[in-house]
Amino acid sequence: MRTINYTRAIWEALNDAMEKDERVILVGEDIGVQGNIFGATYGLLDKFGEKRVRNSPISEVAIIGAAVGSSILGMRPVVEIMYIDFATIAMDQIVNQAAKLHYMSGGKVKLPLVIRTQGGAGTGEAAQHSQSLESFFAHVPGLRVVLPSNPYDVKGLLTTAIEDENPVMFIEHKLLYTTKGEVPEESYSIPFGKAEIKREGKDITIVALSKMVLDALEAADELASKGIDAEVIDPRTLNPFDKATILSSVKKTGRLIVTHQACRTTGFGAEIIACAAEEGIPMRVRRVVGEDTPIPYSKPLEDRILPDKNKIIDTAVALMKQGEI
Amino acid sequence: MVGMARGKKYAQSDDQKGEMFRKMLRIRSFEYKALLHCTERLNRGPLHPYVGEEAVSVGACTALEKGDYITSTHRGHGHCIAMGGDVKRMLAEIVGRATGYCKGKGGSMHIADLDLGIIGANGIVGGGIPIAVGAAIAMDNQNRNNIILCFFGDGASNTGAFHESLNMASIWKLPVVFLCENNLYAISGSVNDTLNICDISERSKSYGIPGITVDGNDIFDVYATVKEARERAAYGEGPTLIETKTYRWLGHWQADPCRYREEHEVELWKKRCPIKRMREHLITEGIFSEEQIQKMESEIEEEIEAAEKFAIESPFPKPDEALQDVYVE
Repeated sequence: MRTINYTRAIWEALNDAMEKDERVILVGEDIGVQGNIFGATYGLLDKFGEKRVRNSPISEVAIIGAAVGSSILGMRPVVEIMYIDFATIAMDQIVNQAAKLHYMSGGKVKLPLVIRTQGGAGTGEAAQHSQSLESFFAHVPGLRVVLPSNPYDVKGLLTTAIEDENPVMFIEHKLLYTTKGEVPEESYSIPFGKAEIKREGKDITIVALSKMVLDALEAADELASKGIDAEVIDPRTLNPFDKATILSSVKKTGRLIVTHQACRTTGFGAEIIACAAEEGIPMRVRRVVGEDTPIPYSKPLEDRILPDKNKIIDTAVALMKQGEI
Repeated sequence: MVGMARGKKYAQSDDQKGEMFRKMLRIRSFEYKALLHCTERLNRGPLHPYVGEEAVSVGACTALEKGDYITSTHRGHGHCIAMGGDVKRMLAEIVGRATGYCKGKGGSMHIADLDLGIIGANGIVGGGIPIAVGAAIAMDNQNRNNIILCFFGDGASNTGAFHESLNMASIWKLPVVFLCENNLYAISGSVNDTLNICDISERSKSYGIPGITVDGNDIFDVYATVKEARERAAYGEGPTLIETKTYRWLGHWQADPCRYREEHEVELWKKRCPIKRMREHLITEGIFSEEQIQKMESEIEEEIEAAEKFAIESPFPKPDEALQDVYVE
């Protein structure tokens, strides 16, 4: 199979959806001639015209409003918030409007909209361009939350997101755009709520979000050389969340590490651990996650507060030394 | 009587005028009934009465065509009735019954029905303005010859959502009419303290779109102005900002102590009652007799009584329905 990068996979999902369904429109900053800052919408303006690729002013509130209003009247908008940090500007439209209008209307109004955005640290963009805010959105009933970790998933999950009848927060990671992988040329979809076991193992379960899936897989390879057999799971969507796959893994291993760049306190890892605890699974648990600080600029500072492959390895080794619970 | 002159440009039949008058009566009667439910504790949460502003919603919504939509606000009962809302289902929603427009999930602030052309009644001040822009994008892309009428208040005109939305609608010449119901107060905040301009319509200049201020208690003036803006929007000429100056007779919500205004101001505005004004017009112009009008008034009272009976006799939703409608499955 051919190999393409994450950015191209997004482009293909958008292009396929727009070719197939003229209700699909894009709205966002710098998505026109510029083709978005990573090139994910490059050329779509020429191909589909300015009514379907609406290059907007810097107006996050109105961009989400454009999605809310147009989806209610039958469009399938895919709007872009350049950085997830900027989604905070539009929180009313996301949290009070998009997530609630279906419910408030007694189920009458439907909002099939997608908010594409990207988050994550590791590029020296400092505190206002590096956050991992997935927990904000996973905390809001009415929103779907998707965290694609590789080119195959990003294409399939974006296709599903566009076809879904609910508002979807589609959160990409800035360090993943250049990553490559095998991706089919034809259109396909990946169902929401299906975690993927990226690597099977019997000693320890590592649940990783977004870019941390790559770190976890590298860590698992090194752990294997130390005689530790790690299972790596990518939930792929936080809402809906595939509890079953994770719980059955933890039942098997009795050890659980959750890893994400989002900071520790009330990060999604806490939710994963709570799910396992409620099941009464005997287990040892650790979080390898971001520290409770803003993201600093300087590299040694940023490295200090972010999780990485080595921190996962060290934590796994320490957990194994403690023996079974 | 500038307004009446403008009204002649968009002449209405006697039947239409009668229907407009009935809707205004229906709104007022509905609001007083709903307020009574507050004192009887049949409803929950805040209720924001529209009494005194009836000419705005009825005048504006009468100017719409089939297939047009509105976005409404927390003070939205008047908009809903003006769009043809069934007072039975509206009162049922307010008393939290399964027969309400939102099956008891919305309440007073969110009474809306897409089938009536209402995209939503918003509890967030300014929250509906960007949504109206989105609806206008849909109409633009679908080549409908329709528009969206966006209601909001003087308070909302101070939000960032207002600015982003009017700018976006103007650059893309979207089919939307922005209608600011300036009732002079945002809860306790007087427009004298919250704005540094006399007319909110002046803000239209920032977006290169027409802006006009009209007497919100003159139903024909409101009607004609919205009609004209509607035509502009539907023919691809873009949005208009209309400001209707009016007054909220009652408190912001049912328990508002109203410490921020003097009683004589309220009395002054009551003399400008939009319903009384239209009533006089109908009689002076010989459109209806005093007797006919009294008949209308008593019919509306009966209608509201019947609605109350329907609402109170309706069942509450089953508790487990709270878990439904979170997602489209």
